Amino acid sequence: MNRTVRHVAAVLFAFLGAIAGSAWGAPSGPPIRIGSTLALTGPLASTALVHQLVGDIYVEQINKKNGLLGRPVEWIVKDDQSKPELARTLYEQLITVDKVDLLMGPYATGAILSAMGVAQRYNKILIHHTFGIPSLAKYDGQFPTWSLGADPATTFPNTLLDALAATPKPPKTIAIVTSKFPSVHFMSLGAREVAKKRGLQEVAFLEWDFGNRDFGAIAARVKDANPDLVWVGAIGLEGNQLLDAMKKIDYAPPLHFYMYPAPGPMAQAPEGKNALAATIFEENQPYLSNPGAAEFVKLFNERAAKAGLPYTGVETQAAASYSAWQVLDAAVTATKSLDDKVLTEWLRKNRVDTIQGKLRFDGASNYGDDLMVVKQVQNGRWVTVWPKSAAAPGATLMTK
Amino acid sequence: MGLPSLSLLAQSALSGVFIGALYGLLGLGLSLSWGLLRQINLAHFALAFLAAYVCYQLSTVRGIDPLLTLALIVPAFFVLGVALQWVFARFDISAFNSLLVTFGLTVIVEALIQGIWTADFRRLESVYGSAKFRVGFLYIPAPELLTLVLSVVLSLAIWLALRYTDVGKALRAAAEDGPIAVAFGVNRQALAMLLSGVCAALAGVAGVCIALSYTLAPAQIYTWIGVVFAAVMMGGLGRPLGPLVAGIVIGVSESVTMALTSPSWAPLVSFSLLIIVLLVRPGKLQ
Repeated sequence: MNRTVRHVAAVLFAFLGAIAGSAWGAPSGPPIRIGSTLALTGPLASTALVHQLVGDIYVEQINKKNGLLGRPVEWIVKDDQSKPELARTLYEQLITVDKVDLLMGPYATGAILSAMGVAQRYNKILIHHTFGIPSLAKYDGQFPTWSLGADPATTFPNTLLDALAATPKPPKTIAIVTSKFPSVHFMSLGAREVAKKRGLQEVAFLEWDFGNRDFGAIAARVKDANPDLVWVGAIGLEGNQLLDAMKKIDYAPPLHFYMYPAPGPMAQAPEGKNALAATIFEENQPYLSNPGAAEFVKLFNERAAKAGLPYTGVETQAAASYSAWQVLDAAVTATKSLDDKVLTEWLRKNRVDTIQGKLRFDGASNYGDDLMVVKQVQNGRWVTVWPKSAAAPGATLMTK
Repeated sequence: MGLPSLSLLAQSALSGVFIGALYGLLGLGLSLSWGLLRQINLAHFALAFLAAYVCYQLSTVRGIDPLLTLALIVPAFFVLGVALQWVFARFDISAFNSLLVTFGLTVIVEALIQGIWTADFRRLESVYGSAKFRVGFLYIPAPELLTLVLSVVLSLAIWLALRYTDVGKALRAAAEDGPIAVAFGVNRQALAMLLSGVCAALAGVAGVCIALSYTLAPAQIYTWIGVVFAAVMMGGLGRPLGPLVAGIVIGVSESVTMALTSPSWAPLVSFSLLIIVLLVRPGKLQ
């Protein structure tokens, strides 16, 4: 009798467990393993931290729902130490030794290019978030979620100059000063061409090597040239270093644009007032209405503060990263498959809703539209200002 | 391109003097440990950045004036330097091995900094940050001026100490011929610990200067190594005034290059100068 009761109870518990599992959406079965590297140490570590936080958040969110295809997701992240050559070895390891089901891209152009080569060799799909030079992406199975468009060196400078042309006093002269860091250098060369075509007079063109320490002479030359607009092809801290040097000689450029500045230091520095930059997402409308954006922003703000990041806001890096996970999720869910070929074909034919907007991958190098817009530091925070459709409610481009 | 204006040239040269002074200050401890202790101490850069972060922490969190943090940083780093020398002596680390060991230490300190302060950028905001003076058409920022003054004063003080004090003479004698110096009663080990402590304390001072003028990130430890090594080698090993003079020559050359040509040519200057010096006076580094 006791034995029968135990059997009935066991069956009942198993049944109830199964019902509860499906009702609460708890994933089960062997985990789907997604492998990637990030620059957790080395010169790129400050930004890679953002991508680590985003990946953790997404994996946690997806596992709280029903996982992927009902299975839990496990994210395996290795430290590529900001070295593309190490990223190549680690991606090889992820595929051959760890035998991950899917790949996620690493941080920054060099490492992504390395990972792309490995993915191509093994016919793996590679969704990536921070590839800066679209023309170098030759592999059919790579999908970028940093929506630069196929020719950002032409499209974005035009967006910026359109924005400035709509102000009461459009610039007539331009100084282009740029780091030779590849993903900003080609944008600056593009800006040079676009400015020339639009009739702006170039009063200075200066280049420096990435890692330059002394911006004093560059600041003095910009001051001497006295341009209406300074295009700074800067990445990371370089923008702040140049601004610091300008401040020391009592010079503030009338209009100043920075390609990819460190968002926190630039917004928080008093001399960063009215600084312009490119972005694909900021914590304002209309972006907060995109699918998953508001919830993600809240979570990211909390986690970034907890992780001790000085800048806790969501902007291009975090948004591109989250979009990459959204794209992977969408492709797997729609195809109910982990097959790289099936996923690749689906992504080339379909658009995916992400927090930065709808992404498509059917253009040159699998790029879709250039979704970069112009943002500006206003009252110590970044807000999108151009085009009007992407501007924060009530925000306009400030010129002084 | 037209001729550059006088103000552009003068301001650029001044900027070169300031950054050259920092090269000199960073190179001072490195030159002394290399020349007098026969240790190529790569960890000197890591110690400088550790001091910069400690200064940032004490100023930002505890509200201590950045310059007053020197009162804590200098003695603490002196002790750290003494402890390092004890380890070096205990394991009898050779000059070549010191390069490897101190590189390992640098990586450890970088990881420690990243563990405590994260890899994100940190900026020390202080009253000195925006302070500057104007002399004619030249702008003189206070933190850079302070770095120059500290660099000159410390280099001169150490030069005088090495030249005119008994300890200084004993240090030079020990570096020249250790066994003979010991035979004359020089306590080589104690002197080595003292000098190592002084070098680490100098790294601490350089760190405070870095914190006052630059935004901090752990990986920036490595961006200074090449040019400071060039300044140390050009200035001569174990010569306190050498790195300062060489640093200023390099700094001014780089800045004037930036003012006259493409700034991307500037990094070539320091190493071109080093090659020229090595060609003109081969074997005269010490």
